[in-house]
Amino acid sequence: MPEPDAGVISQRQSLVAALRKLLPGDCVIDDERGLRPFECDGLSAYRSLPMVVVLPRDTREVSRVLSLCHERGVKIVPRGAGTGLSGGALPLADGVTVGFGKLNRVLEIDTANRCAVVQPGVANLAISTAVSPYGFYYAPDPSSQIACSIGGNVAENSGGVHCLKYGLTTNNLLGVEMVLMDGEVLRLGGKQFDAEGYDLLGVVTGSEGLLGVVTEVTVRLLPKPATVRALLLGFPDNASAGACAGEIIAAGIIPAGLEMMDRPAIHAAEAFCQAGYPMDVEAILICELDGPEVEVDELVALVGDLARNSGATTIRTSRDEAERERFWLGRKSAFGAAGRMAPDYYVMDGTIPRARLPEVLNRIGELSREYDLPVANVFHAGDGNLHPLIMYDSSIPGALQRTEEMGSEILRLCVEVGGVLTGEHGVGVEKRDLMGTMFSDDDLKQQQRIKCAFDPDQLLNPGKVFPTLHRCAELGQMHVHRGETPFPDLPRF
Amino acid sequence: MADNLAPTDADGLADAVRWAIAGEHPLEVLAGGSKRDFGRPVQSAATLSLAAFDGIVDYEPSELVLTAKAATPLATIEATTAAERQMLAFEPADYAPLLGASGGATLGGALACNLSGPRRIKAGAARDHFLGVHAVSGRGERFKAGGRVVKNVTGYDVCKLLAGSYGTLALMHEVTVKVLPAPERTRTVLVYGLEPAAAMDALGTALSSAHEVSGAAHMPDEAAARSAVSYVADAGAAVSAVRVEGFPASVEARCEALRELLGRFGAVEELHSKNSATLWREIRDVRAFADDSGPLWRLSVPPASGADAAARVSDAVDVRALFDWGGGLIWLGVNGAPDAGEGAVRAAAAAVGGHATLVRADAPTRAARAVFQPQTAGLAALTERIKRAFDPGGVLNPGRMYAGV
Repeated sequence: MPEPDAGVISQRQSLVAALRKLLPGDCVIDDERGLRPFECDGLSAYRSLPMVVVLPRDTREVSRVLSLCHERGVKIVPRGAGTGLSGGALPLADGVTVGFGKLNRVLEIDTANRCAVVQPGVANLAISTAVSPYGFYYAPDPSSQIACSIGGNVAENSGGVHCLKYGLTTNNLLGVEMVLMDGEVLRLGGKQFDAEGYDLLGVVTGSEGLLGVVTEVTVRLLPKPATVRALLLGFPDNASAGACAGEIIAAGIIPAGLEMMDRPAIHAAEAFCQAGYPMDVEAILICELDGPEVEVDELVALVGDLARNSGATTIRTSRDEAERERFWLGRKSAFGAAGRMAPDYYVMDGTIPRARLPEVLNRIGELSREYDLPVANVFHAGDGNLHPLIMYDSSIPGALQRTEEMGSEILRLCVEVGGVLTGEHGVGVEKRDLMGTMFSDDDLKQQQRIKCAFDPDQLLNPGKVFPTLHRCAELGQMHVHRGETPFPDLPRF
Repeated sequence: MADNLAPTDADGLADAVRWAIAGEHPLEVLAGGSKRDFGRPVQSAATLSLAAFDGIVDYEPSELVLTAKAATPLATIEATTAAERQMLAFEPADYAPLLGASGGATLGGALACNLSGPRRIKAGAARDHFLGVHAVSGRGERFKAGGRVVKNVTGYDVCKLLAGSYGTLALMHEVTVKVLPAPERTRTVLVYGLEPAAAMDALGTALSSAHEVSGAAHMPDEAAARSAVSYVADAGAAVSAVRVEGFPASVEARCEALRELLGRFGAVEELHSKNSATLWREIRDVRAFADDSGPLWRLSVPPASGADAAARVSDAVDVRALFDWGGGLIWLGVNGAPDAGEGAVRAAAAAVGGHATLVRADAPTRAARAVFQPQTAGLAALTERIKRAFDPGGVLNPGRMYAGV
């Protein structure tokens, strides 16, 4: 992380006094007890006490806070619900953490335009709950959806088990209101389908709080599907489960969810919540199908046949909602189950081409033995997003470091087989130093120039995403030889 | 004499850009050239053709991804994916007939203009299917962004920014897109004789149902009369159309349910796969306006405001309309207005909270009028900073979108 600025820290009291002129007393937190709950996000291995926390109540207050901090050269760390898994909301000792807990209202449900306008602190699931009486829902469903906020979802471009069919956050947004670091308020998009001009909404989504602070979100709503059913499929090895996932997609089916768990994950989940998973298999697939009843019936039968042909030894179809939820129970409890197996666990998030799954799982198995750290794998099998859960004990000296080293090896492996470092959790501080395995210096500099266009002083969430901080003036320079250069070899027509 | 550059590899593209920067020769960027007359006229000293970047690089049907060089014709992509029973789900349009162009539409061109067809309401826009890119910036630097997998949040989503940047930020030479299974069957439910307001209501009802509608358009009688589908052209009335696609039994069931649901709005009819394909291709390519060359606007508005927006324009100037995206996309052909209807169109878009683009007009009109929606001061300044981040010398399609950008 960037070295805290002693000059800024020495001005803390004056900053707090200035913030208290903008916000009521209970919206500015500066005592250690009050700051403690903000010291980390879902990546709890990294902790740091913020200099100050503010909890603005509306866009104007956000704008004023940012403008003040901009004038004083004080860094800002935006924070949604703090459930992120890559340290994107890790506080800075010389920074102000802006929390969105007080911006938590659903502002408008527009059924005619099939969208909802909400404040950033609204929980993901609360949107679907609010629009449910009208027959709609909001599709992206990260596993933390009870708690995670839509503002955080925008920052991280969050996914979920249904994103194979319905897309990530970015595919389900229509517009945002956002505040730039200098306090300027901008609207991107609206209730129409396409934004005007450059797709700034597209680049702000998933920018991990580095480009602007989102103060209002317009999300697209979908009509609830008529029917939802799931299949629970058990396989004698990982390869046949992976092959079955490929067969399902090759048959032209895009399931609402297609999840895989390996043997350690199945056993951990079963011990944790008794979901009724088969214990005599090496891998299971949970395939959820939604849509018109006649379609779901047809596809359930088809997927069952494909699974049988792929060597499945267990094929169960949910007969009612309770059974469908039981199929999901183990998968949804996988992280908690890992937490029961060991004092600590570390969640990875690479994406790989699905066809490379068997070799990647074999290699992860080898790494697990090499590092002597147990690993359970859960996998969004439809889109190739792999979540190895490494179990460790942080009270053993050096264990966290070895876990992180092993995690880095897994992510390098993902990139090596043609995949990427993160499918849905973001780069944050966690994968920052691995960006070079995927991107060249020029690739990263071009991204950082986008950062400079939004935040030239680099005060918004610095130290996240990019391994090297360059000054914007340096990034903006272009070295060219003025005057006519012949370039005789340029092909012309 | 203008130079025409046609590099054959990525280093050649970088050389060409460095040449342009050094000599201050702005470049007009072309692939197939089918949309050359879309946007403000570019003040360029040279053209840069990407035509050599043609061909599919990698196609993995089971991974749902396809990588191709940017100037690969859409026709090639469509034929290749169709052979694997897949498709580009965003249904990119071919504007060549609309713009009177001879060149063929390319994949890179469709992405650069973020062109999405009727399925946009269900499957998303071009930008939603754009996974990865190799490009050369206006600095003459090669860079890549995104990846070759369908789920990726590593770094900024630069692909989104390049989609719809009309070649003003970077020269895309290799792109990776998401592909999806092609539907086995298609049916279209037609509703006859609705006024635009009632039609928006009917389309909205269909879109709010659980029947997974993948097209929702309304053709006022003049637009309907130009269709090659007899059930539409011979109606002698406005025709509203709702499409369902997918597995046969499901399509039949949803089609039946939609006939029932929409029957209360007017008389209904049903198109099978072949007629459906013809109709939705006409709507996608805006064929209702391909026979003339007058000014043509594309309005993007909240869908329920479609009829209202069109009525506001037609109160002021003589227009013909076509509605897609359940009312969220309005095509307005303007007849005989001195300002190409700009005043009325901008006022209507502002009134309902949307924006408008002058997709077709002669070059002097496109030079004199704002082709794209004028931006607020804050957005315009940010847009300029983004442009400078990629192309500080202003050598890539300068002025194509906005003066100075």
